[in-house]
Amino acid sequence: MRLRDFMQIYLPIAEVSVNAFLLLGMGGLVGILSGMFGVGGGFLMTPILFFIGIPPAVAVATEANQIVASSFSGVLAHLRRKTVDLRMGTVLLVGGLVGAALGVVVFNYLKSLGQVDLLVKLCYVVFLGIIGAMMFVESLKAIRNTRKGVAPKRKKHGWVHKLPFKMRFRTSGLYISAIPPLIVGVCVGILAAIMGVGGGFIMVPAMIYILGMPTKVVVGTSLFQIIFVTAFTTMLHATTNYTVDVALAVLLLIGGVIGAQIGTTIGTRMKAEQLRILLAIMVLAVCVKLALELLIMPSELYSIGASGGH
Amino acid sequence: MLSRIITLFMLSLVAMLPAQAAEEVVLGLSQDEVAITATFDGSRIEVFGAVKREEPIPQETQLEVVVTVSGPSEPVTVRKKDKRLGIWVNTESVLVDSAPSFYAVATSGPFKAVLQDQEDLRYGISIERAIFSIGASILSGGAEDFTDAVIRIRENNGLYKMVENSVDVEQQTLFHTSINMPANLIEGVYATRIFLTRGGEVISVYETAIDVRKVGLERWLFNLSRQQPMIYGLMSLAIAIFSGWAASTAFRILRER
Repeated sequence: MRLRDFMQIYLPIAEVSVNAFLLLGMGGLVGILSGMFGVGGGFLMTPILFFIGIPPAVAVATEANQIVASSFSGVLAHLRRKTVDLRMGTVLLVGGLVGAALGVVVFNYLKSLGQVDLLVKLCYVVFLGIIGAMMFVESLKAIRNTRKGVAPKRKKHGWVHKLPFKMRFRTSGLYISAIPPLIVGVCVGILAAIMGVGGGFIMVPAMIYILGMPTKVVVGTSLFQIIFVTAFTTMLHATTNYTVDVALAVLLLIGGVIGAQIGTTIGTRMKAEQLRILLAIMVLAVCVKLALELLIMPSELYSIGASGGH
Repeated sequence: MLSRIITLFMLSLVAMLPAQAAEEVVLGLSQDEVAITATFDGSRIEVFGAVKREEPIPQETQLEVVVTVSGPSEPVTVRKKDKRLGIWVNTESVLVDSAPSFYAVATSGPFKAVLQDQEDLRYGISIERAIFSIGASILSGGAEDFTDAVIRIRENNGLYKMVENSVDVEQQTLFHTSINMPANLIEGVYATRIFLTRGGEVISVYETAIDVRKVGLERWLFNLSRQQPMIYGLMSLAIAIFSGWAASTAFRILRER
């Protein structure tokens, strides 16, 4: 009996049969990225799941459940290293949940107009492109400066410091107003709900460049808030669309939680600029892939989608 | 006079109906149930049967057999991409009212030889005939392009297939075929039809069903997700949190050693 046949698993909700080793491997890979960069990995995993034939609705919902596991695994590792700013995380989370609720409203409105798929894809291309390019240029400069021996200077945001409701974020070494993190949280929440991801890949750059948090703290803090956002999303999908496939989630998260631990270890041994440039390259790669999908003529012009409920 | 002609005509019509057939199917299925377990990766259904007849075997034409298996039908939306402002976007969509999730045809000879086009039209046997759109909401002219697309995509996925010369017929009395069902089966009742034909005309139809359903853990999880979605969701989260903690703890112990 071939091993390939032996490890086929039939997924009860997705109603397809898939290779278990493939899922374990994919989960592991995305888990490593998650631990290293503080991104949930949804923006990578969801397209891969589509590709291997998981129905899109099941892929998005199950992915949220898997991210809860890998983020929790990652956050525990970061908590031991004291690289989680719980206070900042909570402020971002409050903003994030408000934003997510607003995002769902926006999403449903766009759905009623049609073309929501296109909008999601364009959103991805634009945001990934801008964020990726910005980070890439910035970290390249930083690497060049350290080579030349120029001391890295902390970015100053005049307007951020003039706002009221100042809070002390000790872990991040910041004393700033609570308003900017709240706004960042809301914006990321809206985008995350529209794009169907945890939003880590937008949150991480926003924390570094807008809030001026140190890169090491950013990863753990981002994971901390992702746990809650994705747990909320999982429950929402499970109770309204019945699209969370727990068998698929278990296969993905076994790889994911182990990967997250490895990723965290790799992350702490790397320099902040190197970490940022790698994340930038990854974000740009996904952006290019999505852009090509929109620009190149597809081999099959037609697609089948389920209509209405099951 | 006229009424007599009509009566005669009616009688001759009745005589043409397959109900009058002298040959009938006595069927056996290797299984009338397919159980989807966690390790399910497709199934093979053996269909065998015999022909019961009151008269001697007609010599002028050969007995041919056509077997079809079709999965539960559901409406599907077919979308077409077009280039707008330089990017490929979904522009048109057509709702195909009923398309089987699975459809297989097995025949004892070349399809055109065992079945006349007229009979195909009447019984809806070939893939193209079995999947037609009724009352499809058509946004633009070619609804046919859309049904063709459904067939093409599902044929590529192994969900629709026509296998000619795959039914063995012995001495015009015994027949046997096996139909491969793919791993991505959907639960439900799979209608099975067996047609006996002579000279391309259907002389007898036999219908039965194969029940495809999830069993064991698959069934339990599926039911839980529909009947107790809140508990199912919380369970999924609990598994996620526990695994995250377990991996973290395991790695810490490993590192401390």
